[in-house]
Parts: sequence; structure tokens; C-alpha cells
Amino acid sequence: MYEVIVFLPLLGAVIAGVIALVGAHNRFPGANPPAAHDDRTAAIAAGDHAHGAPEPAAVYAESAHTGTEEHDSIEPAAGSQAAELITTTFLAISWVLSCFAFVDVGLNGHDARVPIFNFITAGDLKVDWMLRVDPLTAVMLVVVTTVSGLVHLYSIGYMAEDPYKPRFFSYLSFFTFAMLMLVTADNLAQLFFGWEGVGLASYLLIGFWFHKPEANAAAIKAFIVNRVGDFGFALGIFAVFLLTGSINFETVFAQVPDLVGKSFHYLSFNIDALTLICLLLFMGAMGKSAQFLLHTWLPDAMEGPTPVSALIHAATMVTAGVFMVARLSPLFELSPTAQAFVTFIGATTAIFAATVGLVQNDIKRIVAYSTCSQLGYMFVAMGVGAYSVGMFHLFTHAFFKALLFLGSGSVILAMHHEQDIRKMGGLWRKIPFTYAMMLVGTLALTGFPFTAGFFSKDAIIEAAAVGANPMAAYGFFMTVAAAALTSFYSWRLIFKTFHGEPHDHHHYEAAHESAKVMLVPLAVLALGSFAAGWPFLGLFTGHGAEAFFRESLKFGAGNAVLEDMERLSLVTSLTPTVMMIGGFLLAWQFYVRRPDLPAALARDQGVAYRFLLNAWYFDRIYDFLFVRPAMRLGRLLWKGGDGFVIDGFGPDGVSARVLDVTRNVVRLQTGYLYHYAFAMLIGVAAFITWFMFAGAH
Amino acid sequence: MILQAIFFYLFAGVCIASAIMVIAARNPVHSVLFLILAFVNAAGLFVLMGAEFLAMILIVVYVGAVAVLFLFVVMMLDVDFAELRQGFLNYLPIGVIVGAVLLAELLFVVGAWAINPGVPKAITAPIAADVSNTQALGLVLYTRYVYFFEAAGVILLVAMIGAIVMTLQHKPDVKRQNIAAQLERRRSSAIEVVKVKSGQGLP
Amino acid sequence: MIIGLGHYLSVAAILFTLGIFGIFLNRKNIIIILMSIELILLAVNINLVAFSSFLGDIVGQVYALIVLTVAAAEAAIGLAILVAYFRNRGSIAVEDVNLMKG
Repeated sequence: MYEVIVFLPLLGAVIAGVIALVGAHNRFPGANPPAAHDDRTAAIAAGDHAHGAPEPAAVYAESAHTGTEEHDSIEPAAGSQAAELITTTFLAISWVLSCFAFVDVGLNGHDARVPIFNFITAGDLKVDWMLRVDPLTAVMLVVVTTVSGLVHLYSIGYMAEDPYKPRFFSYLSFFTFAMLMLVTADNLAQLFFGWEGVGLASYLLIGFWFHKPEANAAAIKAFIVNRVGDFGFALGIFAVFLLTGSINFETVFAQVPDLVGKSFHYLSFNIDALTLICLLLFMGAMGKSAQFLLHTWLPDAMEGPTPVSALIHAATMVTAGVFMVARLSPLFELSPTAQAFVTFIGATTAIFAATVGLVQNDIKRIVAYSTCSQLGYMFVAMGVGAYSVGMFHLFTHAFFKALLFLGSGSVILAMHHEQDIRKMGGLWRKIPFTYAMMLVGTLALTGFPFTAGFFSKDAIIEAAAVGANPMAAYGFFMTVAAAALTSFYSWRLIFKTFHGEPHDHHHYEAAHESAKVMLVPLAVLALGSFAAGWPFLGLFTGHGAEAFFRESLKFGAGNAVLEDMERLSLVTSLTPTVMMIGGFLLAWQFYVRRPDLPAALARDQGVAYRFLLNAWYFDRIYDFLFVRPAMRLGRLLWKGGDGFVIDGFGPDGVSARVLDVTRNVVRLQTGYLYHYAFAMLIGVAAFITWFMFAGAH
Repeated sequence: MILQAIFFYLFAGVCIASAIMVIAARNPVHSVLFLILAFVNAAGLFVLMGAEFLAMILIVVYVGAVAVLFLFVVMMLDVDFAELRQGFLNYLPIGVIVGAVLLAELLFVVGAWAINPGVPKAITAPIAADVSNTQALGLVLYTRYVYFFEAAGVILLVAMIGAIVMTLQHKPDVKRQNIAAQLERRRSSAIEVVKVKSGQGLP
Repeated sequence: MIIGLGHYLSVAAILFTLGIFGIFLNRKNIIIILMSIELILLAVNINLVAFSSFLGDIVGQVYALIVLTVAAAEAAIGLAILVAYFRNRGSIAVEDVNLMKG
């Protein structure tokens, strides 16, 4: 059964990919592509949707107004219906089986190990492809397949006009496969395979509209920033192998208690071995989950289509880091330093992203920074040792964040690809269902009582309050402050988008609800935003957590966070709710009662406003510190190293020297007979001299 | 003996002097004439050495044929008097050096050589004792070296054909016969029978 | 004094060198070159005949005869080439003969 869950999306990806390739071949049979190509790029360059999602017709074809039918690039590819139906159906099957797995493994306790085949046997290293299904995996299976299936369904409607649909669905299913490999990994190599696979899928999907230069740049940025994290991750895996001789989770977890207190000797430094391993591995999580310092790729990743943002950058890929820390809880429990670092980074990310999200104007960017902030929350929980609480928030966050993204997509489509909230307003009358769904999502995100977010978010704040971590207090204050900010910017989004007066009457008049196929996933996710909370509280928090997760999450000997959480004072437990209400009231004041206030404040506090708007100038700093030197180094190596040295001493140099030599030799061929005779004479004289004095006697 | 020496130095001296003049003369006709003088003196040297047939052949072939040919060409090509051109002096030093080196080596060999004692026994074709030089040559040329003789003839044939081929120009308005065309003439291309009415004549 | 082999060989050597000088020291025209070649061949002939005479071997004279033949043939061909060249270029001055310039 588990093989079916994991490999069915792969099969779907392959089928859709074949359809895409066949369609591409039919479109361009090998002769020169039609002259429409140049017009396409011209259309993009002259495109007026500067900050909106590109209209597929404008991206791919020349003037859509002519609507010429012989340009078959406007029409969807042949077989795209088959592609979308096949992949969605496969995902649905996987989802059903995942629910079975959740019941079987999680509730009935039938853990499973399913070997696939032997991957590496090299000396002491023996690595198998093995599907490991324990409660932690089961939770992730449900999350991944649910959100992925709903996104597939939603994309049928969202990408309806896109001519390259089969490719899109292929990439979506491939991503799902990679993520499933990641969560069912039994060893670090398989985890890394899934890790890289989702990174690749992210690159492909962010850059899906590759005719747009910004999309390409964003895709590269995502991949490279992830690479930085992956570098640390790889070093961590190597360290694990070096110190334990294996990368199988079972073996490593068994050996890790013996490594406590051992230190790693490197270049005359002595570092605690476990801390080093955990910090290196966490570096990978920082990259993948867009934590502070390695977060710069996430806002730009919004260049991809909205379903991609919902699936990858809200629910699944960015949570891979959180999952990884949870999976490696036996290691993290034994390194308090690493845990403190995790909490610190998580808390800083939470507050940082919340401050930046306050002033963004692109609807997707607001939600993106919100995701970044919520991921910080999850890491705070992981850091203080409340792994199950972090997983709980991952679980609920997947639902309401995907809901928010998909709802934003519905708004964007209604506003005909307009993404700037300053141009929206008053949409609640025109798209009431979407409005209701977005309301549910926002309530869940801000932690309104009885929504799923209420239970999970408050659990994190409570865990931070009682944590024994040196950074726990910092974590507590940051998460509380971020809660207020979260509430503010979430309600800001709602008010500016759906309330007030419409700012763009043309688009406002044309706005209408999206197709049913897009609204059904919204409804399901809204249901999940409520249903994923209270019923699962007992599984993820309190005493039930250890009973549910059994061996998959390790709670160390001194880890009493889950019990202490129960005994918190009422004041502390109500603080997040108070913050939420405060944020709501402030947003009401700013955006409903006195809409002139925000602009006035932005003018008065210009420096602070721009600081936040430019995301604390991180992009500028990184550009100056890393990108430019790297470009300079690259140019130096290219022009100087490759061009001057290698080409100069190699082919170019040799050919130039040959030319020099021949040019000089040619001077010997003057064409004058007596020159030639002279040369002959000199040769004869030399010969004779040679033979007389040195040659045969 | 003394007579031999006198004649030797006479012939050798004039030969060398005229060779110098061949190169140094301004008028090319003078150059050719000095060349003839050099040949004649060399023939004298040959006679001194006892190869009178070769001496006569030298006169007949070289002077009578080759030098005359040179004269013909010189006169045909309208070669002008030439002054010493400017660049002469560029090559003079190194040329003189190389030539001097060559000469020195040659004389060095001449002065320091000694005949291998085994040579007299390994003579290929001893000169017959009591025949004239011509007869002695004939005795070997048509027997042992007949192939070389034939080859020399072929070389001359090839040279003749080559020279003719290179310089032959058909003047366009000179009448000449093409025997092959004449033999190929057929009735169908040469004769046309035309019925003519009496008293009409051909139109 | 006895005129020995060495004297004849010296004469031949001097003629040879003069011929070589003539090839590249002349600045006038190509005919001088051809004449210098004849001088060189003459020197070789003197050499051959001298050895033939002093060693008593007739082979030297046979060889000299062959050389003579070849020299005559070569002079003829050389002059034919010169004539053809003159017809095409109009000059046989040494500086103007540079069609082989590479």
C-alpha cells in the first residue's frame, strides 16, 4: 500500500510529462519555430501587467486581441485534459490510502518498513530505499496528499487557459512524489534525495512561466539559496556518517546517546560533536524552510502560479525543514546548544517576517511573509522540545495557509490577474464565497478561538513560555509580538481586498466567482481549518502525544514541556488571544474607519516604512555581500582564467603562435629566385662543414 | 714538364679570369662570350689531362650548341644593360663569407687528402693502354655503360620535346595543315549535290 | 714543377665557387644564373676527368660525358622556361621574378 502512495504520483508525473513532450513535439515538429516567437517576447516586454501574474495569452502568443486560431500556441495542448485528470485521480487515490495509513499506523499502531531495493553498498556504507511509515510519517502523508490533491483539483480551474498544462501537472505530481519520498525516508540519503527533489520541483514550478525573466530569476534565486542550506545539510550527513558509521535512522538513533559529550576535532578546534551535527543539519532546514538569513527566496517565489505557492511554499516543501528536525529529534534532544539556536532563529524569523508583512502590497507576498513567520513559530516549538506541538502547527497551518493562498488565487483571477491590494476593494459583494473562505482562513491564522490555528498556535506560545531552553523566553516574547502583528496584517489584507471602495472600477465590474472546480478545494480546506484543530488536540499535545507518536519523536529525559504546558496560568494562555484582538482593532482603525491613516504614517515614518517595505534591505545586503563578489569572481575566472589562461595557453594561444610563426616563416618565401639559391648555398656549405668536422670520416 | 706547367697555368688562369668576367660583365652578350672562352680553356685543360675526346665534345656541344643557344636567347629577349642595383651590397658580405668558407673547405680537402692505397686495385674500368682516348671510351660506353648511354639519349629527347612544348606558339593567321583532319574528310561533309537548272547557275 | 692532381682540383674548386657566387651575387638577370650553373657543371667535369686521368679509370670520363649531356638538356629547358616567362611577364630582371612569393 505504501509503495502505491509514494509511487502513484510519480507515475502520474511521468504520464503527464510524456503528454507534455508529445504536445511540444507536435507544436514544434523540428522545423524553425513560427515567427510568432519574436512577437511573443515583444508582447512581454511591452506587457502592462508589471506586477500582476502574467495573462497566459499575453505571455505565450502575440496580440491576443487578434485571436487568430492558427496560432495553436494559444490553445491548450492536446491531451491536457487527460493529463490533469490522470494526475488528479492518482493523487486522490494516494490521499485515500494515506488516510487509511494514518488510521492504521497512527491509531492502530501498525508501523511499517517497506524495502524497495538496495541503493548503495560501498564498503561500510549500506543504504537501501526503504519506506519507513511511523506516526510522524503518517501525519505528513495526510498533509501532503490532502493539500496536493486539492491543489491538483484547483489547478484544473486556475490553469484552464494555460497551453502548457500537462507540464504543470507533471511537475506538481513530481513534486508530490519527491515530498513523499522525503517523509517516508528511512535514511539520510533518501531524505536528501527527497530534499533535492522538492528543490528541483520548486525551481521548475517557480519558473513555470519561463518566458518571464522575473520568474527565471526567482527560480534561480530559490534554488541557489536552498543550495546554501543544502551545503550545510550535506556536511551534517557526512558528520553523522563519520561519527556513527551509518546513515540509517535506526542505527544512528541507537548510537547517538554514546556520542554525548564527545567532541569533534577539526583544525585545532574542539567542537561538541552532536552540536556540530545538529547545527549543520539545521542549516539545511534554514534554507528549505526560509528561516531568517536564508529567507530571501520565499517572497520572490511568488512569481510562480498561485497553486504552486499554495502547495509548495505554504504546506509542504517549506515544512520539510520542520519535519526534518522532528524526525531527527533524538539528535536534537541531546544538544541543548543546537536547540537554543533553533529557537532563536525561529523566533527571529517569526518577528522579522511579521514586521515585513505589515507593509507589503502584493497579496501573495503578504501571505508569503505570513508563511515565513509561521514557520518560525514551528521552529520555536521544535527548539524548546515540544516536537509534537510543532508538528501540530504544521498540520493545521497546511490547511489554512493553503486556503489563504488558493483564495488569493481566486481573488487574482476575479480581478483578472491583478495582484496589488491597493487596486482592490469592495470585493465582498462580487465574490462572496471566496470572501467567506478567506475569512475562515484569516480567523484560523490569527488564532480565533476554536479554529485549528487557535489550538496549535497557542500551544506553541505556551510551550515557549514553559520551555527550559535559554532562548525560550526570547521565543515567547517574539511569538507573542508576532501574533499581534499577524493579526494586523491578516485583517489589513481582508479589509483592503474585500471592504472599502473599489479602486479599479473596470476590474471590479468584471469580477465574478471562480469555477466550481476551484471553489470546492477552498471549501474542503475551510472545513479542515476547523476540523484539524480540536479533534487532534489530544494526539499532538499533552499526554496523548507520546502515546500517539511513540518512537517517532523522541522526548528526552528532562523534557517536561508537554506536561508543563498544561499547568500554565490563565493569563499566559490568554495572551495570544488578547494580541489577536488588539491587532484586529488596530487594523479596523487603520483600514476601515480612518483609511487615510496608513498613508500619513508611511509618510511620517518614511525611513521605517521603507526599511520594512524592502524587507530590512536583506536583498540589497546579500547582493552587495555575496552576489556581486560572486559575479565578479565568476567574470574573473571566465575572462581571466578560462579566457586568458586556458584558452590563451590552449587552443587560442597555440593557434596565435602558429600564426606568428607562419607569418615569420612566410617572409622566407620572397619569391626571388636568388634568395632561394642563396638558401640552398648556405645549406650546402653547412652540410659540407658538418661532414668535414663532425660526420663520417 | 715545364711546358706542361706553363700551359696549365695559362689555361687555368684564363679560365678563371673569364669565369669572373662572366659574372661581372655588364653586357650580357659579353657574359656569354666570356663563357665561351671559359669553355675553350677548359677544353685545353682536358687535353692536358689526356682526355682529348672529351675536350672536343666540350667544344662541339657546349660552345657550339649551348653557348650559341644562350646567345640566341639573349638577343631574342632584348636584355638590357644592367647597372649594379642598390641591394647588391646587402648580400655581398654574407655571400662572400659563405663562398669563402666553401672555397676554403674545398682547398683544405685538396691539400690534405691522400688516396686510399687500395684504390688502384679497385679500379672499375682501367684505361686500355695502347688505344686512343676516343677508342677507349667507345670500348666501355657501348658495352658496360650502354644503358646510361641510352638514358642520356632519352634525356635529350625529353629535353627537346619539353623545350618545344614550352615555347611553341601557333600564330593565329598562319596557314598550316592538319593532316588528321585531311584524312578524316568524308564525302558527306565535303560534297553537296545540288540540282541546277541549265542556264541558271547556283544562287 | 709537376702538375699534380691537386692543381686540377683547385682549379675546379675555384670555378665551382665562382659559379656559386654568380648565382646569388648577380643582380642583373636570370641568364647569368643559368650561365653560372654551367660554370658549376664545368667545374664538376674538370674534377671528374682529373680523377679519371690520375687514377687511370675511364669511368670518370664516361660520367663526365653523361654530365655534359644532362647539362646541355638542362640549359635548353632552362632557357625555354625563361623564354616562356619573358613572354608572360615582359622582364627577366632578377627583382621582378617574384611570382612564387608566399
